[in-house]
Amino acid sequence: MFQFAQRRKLFYLISATIIIPGLIAMLYSTIQFGSPVRLSIDFTGGTLMEVSFVENFSEQDVRDALNAYGLEDIIVQRLNPITTDTIEGAHDAAGSRWQIRTKEIDDISHFRAYLRENLGEFWSPQSVEDDPQREAALTTSSVSATVGREVTRAALTATLAVAVVILGFIVFAFRRVPHAFRYGACAIIAMFHDILVTMGIMSMLGIFFGWEADALFLTAVLTVVGYSVQDTIVVFDRIRENIPKYRGESYELIVNRSVLETIHRSVATQLNAVFVMIAIVLFGGETIRQFIAILLIGLVSGTYSSIFTAVPLLVSWERGELPFVNREAKRIHHEAPAAR
Amino acid sequence: MRHYRFWLATILVTAVIAAWLSLPNNPGIRLDLDGDGVYEINREIRVVQGLDLQGGSRVLLQAAPGTSYDDTTMEQARLNVERRVNGLGVTEAVVQRQEGGRIIVELPGVQEQDVAFDAIKSTGLLEFVDFSNVTPGQYAEGACILTTEQVARAEARLAEGEQPPALTEYTCPAQDPTAEPEPALLNNGQPFRTIMTGSGLADAAATIEGQIGTRWAVNFVLRGGGEGVDRFIEYVGSHANQPMAIVLDGRLLSYPTIQPDLAASARAGTMDGGIITGDFTREEAQVLAAQLKYGALPIPLDIIAFDTIGPSLGEISVQRSIRAGIIGVTTVLLFMLIYYRVPGIAADLALLLFVVVNFALFKFIPVTLSLPAITGFLISIGTAVDGNILIFERIKEELRVGRGMERAIEAGFSRAWIAIRDSNLSTIIICFILYFFGSAFGASAVRGFAITLGLGLAINLFTAVLATRVFLHTIVSLSGDVLRRRPKLLGV
Repeated sequence: MFQFAQRRKLFYLISATIIIPGLIAMLYSTIQFGSPVRLSIDFTGGTLMEVSFVENFSEQDVRDALNAYGLEDIIVQRLNPITTDTIEGAHDAAGSRWQIRTKEIDDISHFRAYLRENLGEFWSPQSVEDDPQREAALTTSSVSATVGREVTRAALTATLAVAVVILGFIVFAFRRVPHAFRYGACAIIAMFHDILVTMGIMSMLGIFFGWEADALFLTAVLTVVGYSVQDTIVVFDRIRENIPKYRGESYELIVNRSVLETIHRSVATQLNAVFVMIAIVLFGGETIRQFIAILLIGLVSGTYSSIFTAVPLLVSWERGELPFVNREAKRIHHEAPAAR
Repeated sequence: MRHYRFWLATILVTAVIAAWLSLPNNPGIRLDLDGDGVYEINREIRVVQGLDLQGGSRVLLQAAPGTSYDDTTMEQARLNVERRVNGLGVTEAVVQRQEGGRIIVELPGVQEQDVAFDAIKSTGLLEFVDFSNVTPGQYAEGACILTTEQVARAEARLAEGEQPPALTEYTCPAQDPTAEPEPALLNNGQPFRTIMTGSGLADAAATIEGQIGTRWAVNFVLRGGGEGVDRFIEYVGSHANQPMAIVLDGRLLSYPTIQPDLAASARAGTMDGGIITGDFTREEAQVLAAQLKYGALPIPLDIIAFDTIGPSLGEISVQRSIRAGIIGVTTVLLFMLIYYRVPGIAADLALLLFVVVNFALFKFIPVTLSLPAITGFLISIGTAVDGNILIFERIKEELRVGRGMERAIEAGFSRAWIAIRDSNLSTIIICFILYFFGSAFGASAVRGFAITLGLGLAINLFTAVLATRVFLHTIVSLSGDVLRRRPKLLGV
């Protein structure tokens, strides 16, 4: 029988090896970019443009052209050109495709005219060229600082609201359980575990690959948080159910039994979610790949943490191994019978 | 759960309706209730694609800082923008007001940003134009008219050293987007003379013509001392029984004839307004009044955010999303079948029902399908089977404890129900929160995700629990003793 509860120190170590680099990355990112994860124009305001040129340029060429236009805070990234076989009727692939991010550009028409003048024609697939109403394969979004601030505020509100809902859910789920506080606290720690894992990985991806957190990133995190808590509750429910059934068995044994009983469900559910998401990452639309990747990381972390973080924590707590909290917990433990 | 037959019938009917709605070439719902040849209920059933799939532009406008606006002026500004957008020939354009003096414009299929932005941003130019040598009926309403004011404004916009275009090169954007722009009409080789722009008007209102009647007219009041007002009065005074044109954004709105008594009052110096008659209906009069009043009364609008999605990216995304969806769903179907055997069949049937019902609702409501929306739907598939997995694991346990098959199935469903209900409800609440978060312009991608995920979870409560239960019960009762003798088929 695999010993979930007994090997808890190993699981803490595994979590730490992911979370600690993540924390360092977040610290570095905060110093370097001003926030733990790189923020997209959704929050900061600015202009994000994706453009394909007929000609192939070096990154420096593009950068020079942008500098000459007098833009600040430029981030240029080369993207894979749209290949001909992905679009029906495309004549040939683009010479080069770029993602450009700058401060907000006021006169976008003027800027595009400038790009055309200096870097040549935009590339567009044949099917687009044949249609006079459609223009080159360009994607642009622009957000003013005001709108960015509003989205940031909306994001904070949403995060707070979700926190309240989850807290309420936890209180509700454990309302009639002895040691409710302990279960709730462990579920919340597991949830923070997932937030830290997701944020940390995002932070690293931001530093190394320029990934930026947009509104969808927050959505992924909030969704993950919801699922994570549910996963934990399913496992805890089972522990709760098993305690009166197996009186006389040690707490560790009961916990282990409960995890084994629920692990089929956890793994099967996880596998299905992973199937669907891997299908989207591999075959789905390009623009939401980052969103799905973060969701995937978060969901895997959520399942992991419900079994390998929340449950061991519960055992550690029971055995009085936790620093700081345990004094507190013991006090509650002692007071509880008196209250009855 | 005794009424299995009833529920089976309900599920089958639902499935058939949903499948019909999901048909790619669904003709729509048209009902002619009283048989008069007019459809009382006429509803198109089709997939609404989001801008990221279709390609297109989305623009957020705001009244420029320092300008004052109220409900009426914002509504008129919205109507103006809408008229311009319709002038671009965009089908399904959305122009909506938002709080804080904002207007949101969605232009599916439009990548010609420059054209779209210019059209949206510029405040309308309303002109009263010298039509003294025009005979009634010579020009149709909507004709493209070049005026001195338009030429002056075009030349003012020129960059330094740029040559003004020839008079014959001026055009109006065509109503039909695929057509060439319409060349502007000239008056004997010259632009028509602008007498006054809309800034000379103080007010305009629709009114009933005469004491009693159904004919409507438009009253207008001049702005004392406004630019061009003197020229306007002078023209009216000296052109009795001749037409004067009203031109909005280069398009001829109408050219009423100046009545002799109005001309007399203009000559006497008592004219401070007038009435435009023309056999209008109420709506026509209201529209004309609004155009006179606000057509050129500027609330300058700034573009504070926009998105443009190129068409090719959208095309690729559609193809890829469909492929990803099919691969994902097939894998899940296979997994459930292999892992859970007979219950897996019930789960697969329920999952197919789930997919069809969802898709039917997307088309029926309709839900705008963007990439995040599709993602939300695909993730809800994962949750949909999660419900079944919870149930089946319970059933297996009950069977292992030695409970009889029917009892084990009943116990599995009733015990798992609470967990399924709670988890779905909490995620639905999170979806609500995300939906409101998505009402911010920059976060609008979130909205689609929240809608489809939330909808999926709600439907899941029906399909994962009720439908699977009915399917499983039906399979068990059809199979007779076979299942009882071989619990392996139940995945035990």
